[in-house]
Amino acid sequence: MTVQDFWVLSPEIAMAALALVVITVDLVTRSMAKVSTVAFIGLAVPIFFTLNLWFGWIGNPVDGPALFGTVEADRFSLFFKFILLTVTAGTILASAKYIASDRMKDYGGEFVSLVLLSVTGMMLLVSATELITIYVALELSALPVVALAAIHRTKQGVEAGTKFFVLSAISSAILLYGFAYLYGYTGSTNLDVIMSRLAVLPTEAGVPFGSYAVLLSVIMIVAGFGFKMAVVPWQMWVPDVYQGAPTPVAAFLSVASKAAAFAVIMRIMYTAFGNDALMQDWSGLFAILAAVTMTVGNMLALSQSNIKRLLGYSTIAQAGYILVGLASVSANQVGVTSANAGPQGVLYYLAGYAFTNLAVFFAVIAITSRTNDDSIEGLNGLLRRSPLLAGLLVFGLLSLLGMPPTVGFMAKVVVFGAALNANLTWLVIIGVVNTVIAAYYYLRVIRAIVFEDPADDSKFSADKPILIAAGVAAVGAGVFGLAPFLILDFADKALSIIPGL
Amino acid sequence: MFDGLLTITVFLPAAVAILVALFARGEKADQQIRWISIGATVATFFLTVLVFVGYDQDAGGIQMIDYFEHWIPIDALRSSYLLGVDGLSAPLVLLTGILGMAAALGSWRIKKRVREYFLWLLLLQTAVLGVFVSLDLLLFFIFFEFELIPMFMLIAIWGSGRPRYSAMKFVLFTLAGGAFMLVGILAIYVTPGVNTLAMVSIPSEALGGATEIVGIPALMATADLVVPAALIFGFFFIAFAVKLPLWPVHSWLPDAHTDAPTAVSVMLAGVLLKMAGYGLLRINLGFFQETKGFTIHDVSGYLAMLAAGSVIYGGIITIRQTDMKRLIAYSSISHMGFVLLGVAAVGSSAGHTSAAGLNGAALQMFTHGTITGLAFLMVGLTYDRTHTRHIPHLGGLWKKMPLIAIFFIIAGFGSLGLPALSGFVSEIMIFLGTFSVWPTATTIAAFGVVLAAGYTLWMVQRTFFGARPANPGLSDEVYDNLEDANWVDMIPVIVLAAPIFIVGIWPSVVTDMFDIGIQAVLR
Repeated sequence: MTVQDFWVLSPEIAMAALALVVITVDLVTRSMAKVSTVAFIGLAVPIFFTLNLWFGWIGNPVDGPALFGTVEADRFSLFFKFILLTVTAGTILASAKYIASDRMKDYGGEFVSLVLLSVTGMMLLVSATELITIYVALELSALPVVALAAIHRTKQGVEAGTKFFVLSAISSAILLYGFAYLYGYTGSTNLDVIMSRLAVLPTEAGVPFGSYAVLLSVIMIVAGFGFKMAVVPWQMWVPDVYQGAPTPVAAFLSVASKAAAFAVIMRIMYTAFGNDALMQDWSGLFAILAAVTMTVGNMLALSQSNIKRLLGYSTIAQAGYILVGLASVSANQVGVTSANAGPQGVLYYLAGYAFTNLAVFFAVIAITSRTNDDSIEGLNGLLRRSPLLAGLLVFGLLSLLGMPPTVGFMAKVVVFGAALNANLTWLVIIGVVNTVIAAYYYLRVIRAIVFEDPADDSKFSADKPILIAAGVAAVGAGVFGLAPFLILDFADKALSIIPGL
Repeated sequence: MFDGLLTITVFLPAAVAILVALFARGEKADQQIRWISIGATVATFFLTVLVFVGYDQDAGGIQMIDYFEHWIPIDALRSSYLLGVDGLSAPLVLLTGILGMAAALGSWRIKKRVREYFLWLLLLQTAVLGVFVSLDLLLFFIFFEFELIPMFMLIAIWGSGRPRYSAMKFVLFTLAGGAFMLVGILAIYVTPGVNTLAMVSIPSEALGGATEIVGIPALMATADLVVPAALIFGFFFIAFAVKLPLWPVHSWLPDAHTDAPTAVSVMLAGVLLKMAGYGLLRINLGFFQETKGFTIHDVSGYLAMLAAGSVIYGGIITIRQTDMKRLIAYSSISHMGFVLLGVAAVGSSAGHTSAAGLNGAALQMFTHGTITGLAFLMVGLTYDRTHTRHIPHLGGLWKKMPLIAIFFIIAGFGSLGLPALSGFVSEIMIFLGTFSVWPTATTIAAFGVVLAAGYTLWMVQRTFFGARPANPGLSDEVYDNLEDANWVDMIPVIVLAAPIFIVGIWPSVVTDMFDIGIQAVLR
């Protein structure tokens, strides 16, 4: 390894080190307050290194491959690393009280360090530019989550953990199959090399992606990551795991894991399969997946009575909207020169969704930890019992629903605008119809919060850390909705490195 | 080019609302919240006066532009943060300033969940102001929809009668209308060659040297529309017809009005309905004069008939109402029908266009805002004292509360078009203007004024004059203890009554302004 390699990997190294420090602090002090504090403040280090790589404060701004061309600290990866680290900071803040609770205080240090290790894997994942590194990073990000889901050692928790483990293993196997086909066909595991090989290899007319080998590998790769992105038909685990796992884990999963998976699938599609003919093919594939995912997610959410399950299905539907952005490629655009509208929409949607969903989940954590009731009826009359938490939750739900002027609305407008430009009018119509369907179940929750009479009239509030975390997330969801350029400018810079744009 | 005045005006109420919601605490907070919120609306009122007075009538065009092109920096979505006023919107901004202040003053006696109440009321004002100054279609839509949440909360939580039902009905009607509008916006946007969301064209000089903005009206005139122009016109028209409201999509209005708290009725009738009239003038009239295959001229005759139908239907229904508030709510349907009648003065492509009629439509929005706002305020004051709005139960109130009676009568006279009050000016302009274009429809609609005289005078006669009904009416105890309005009640009343007289006697103070706007919209 050269100095350059260390420099490129500095955020990940700092993150792994932080995980070890946290374990040590736990071992030495046995104080969960100290564990949370150290982890939260310690996150400043990887965040600093990430920003440093973007802005180049110390040393030269690093651009280019490291570790023999397996990873790259380009702005695309840095954009996602920053989101991941922000989400981690929020998760740690929001679980401060949770890990200090009676049933968790013996595993609190493990909980935090497992989160940090999983994020390390995701950070590696978003900067990996080579198939084997992608696979290894993916496993690193997934295995800690298995332990996290089962950390309560209750029947439900273990079920959630096992489910996640088995399905994760299967999806990894499928993914590896896809990678193997691709390697066998092109003779390389490097994404850039694969792109250039695919451009010169002979193609068969009438076959999607030019040959059955590529078709098969694309389908398997999409299926493998579809599990992580929670895309229909690989979504079955989501509601069970969200309900069974501790809610902070569900919050973390619903945002971080999804963002990382979308990042890597974008990188693979835009680099390895980045020429115009291939783009058109996978655009069609994602368009269909988007339509199915939105519709199925929303339909299944309609009849849910448990708030965590409902949010699980809602995150599936949200993945569908993000896929609309992924399907909006420049190859089939109707004249206007705006090649990167789709990818920009994906980045904007993911960032906005991260803030929105965290606000919702954190509010739910704060509420259910007091009421011990995660049914929707349990939220009845919340506005009278805890106005602040109710306000945060309602605001978050309105953003998920896509009500102006929240970031949820703006993100949908940007993504649908990109799809219109990419000649996917039919997909936009399905998307708009889905938004209306989704309004029903989000409004149902809001109605319970605002109008229903509570079974128990006692007032309650939440602890400072989680309120701050939820508040910051909600403010983000508001500000980025009113001022989309704050994210879109960075997204634009992040995308400038993808070949073909 | 970023003037800043409009941005401050629009977001001041919302900023104050959010600060109050976050920081006001403790026992005495309610009283402080009232003062701070009223202070915010008074400040907003002065800002709107500044906008109105500051508009340079000689220069014309779009002024006080806040232009931030980089708002959504994607080529695929040519939307920018573009605020500005012209002669059409400046008086409506002023109207929102006046009514926002009156509504906040009129909410002095709200006791339930004071902090939330003023939060929503102030957010509502921001939304309405935003609609009137947005010159980007996406921004316009955002503000147009954003108004739903505060209205829903205000009716559902602070309303009376069946508040949740009415609030839900209001939201569903408006959401459905909004969905049509969104489809209309998308239909314009997908047209090759349009590809912008700017609602007006602005020359480079007005933008301080930035690249000139070519708006949708200019681009749609030359573009080959993907979606037929008639359909796009229909999408927008449905959205605004629901909001106006026009027969047969009016049924949300009586419920929403009857069950809303007084100040919210004032805002609803005063400014929210005007968003629809403004939309009709700015979009349906502004965009569809030269479009290929279909123009507003093709349907203006039908619009006139629809307007006349709505005026007469609204008038007849109003006469048989027995609830004072419901009666005024229904009268709004009749009066807002006049707005559409004025819009129809654009005439068929063969006939001529009457600018007077269009000006009348714009002025009718202004006058109806103040007159009906005053009427709702007076009903609210009466109800606070009598605890019933059922007309047959009332009578002889004149002796106990003369001040309320006098201002109620002023509102009534304004509504039926008594000369020297503002309602007369706007209605005579519409009649004279539109008669030259659509004589039959105008003649029919003119009977609306007769009906208005009927229901207004009859209601006043039954409630304030005459004998007290023997049984069942107000009990002696209640009747004897009726008190007239005190000075706290009178402040918002004066605020709303003043413009009725001012515009009635000196109409050109706003009509000159509207004329500049209308001439620009007519291209």
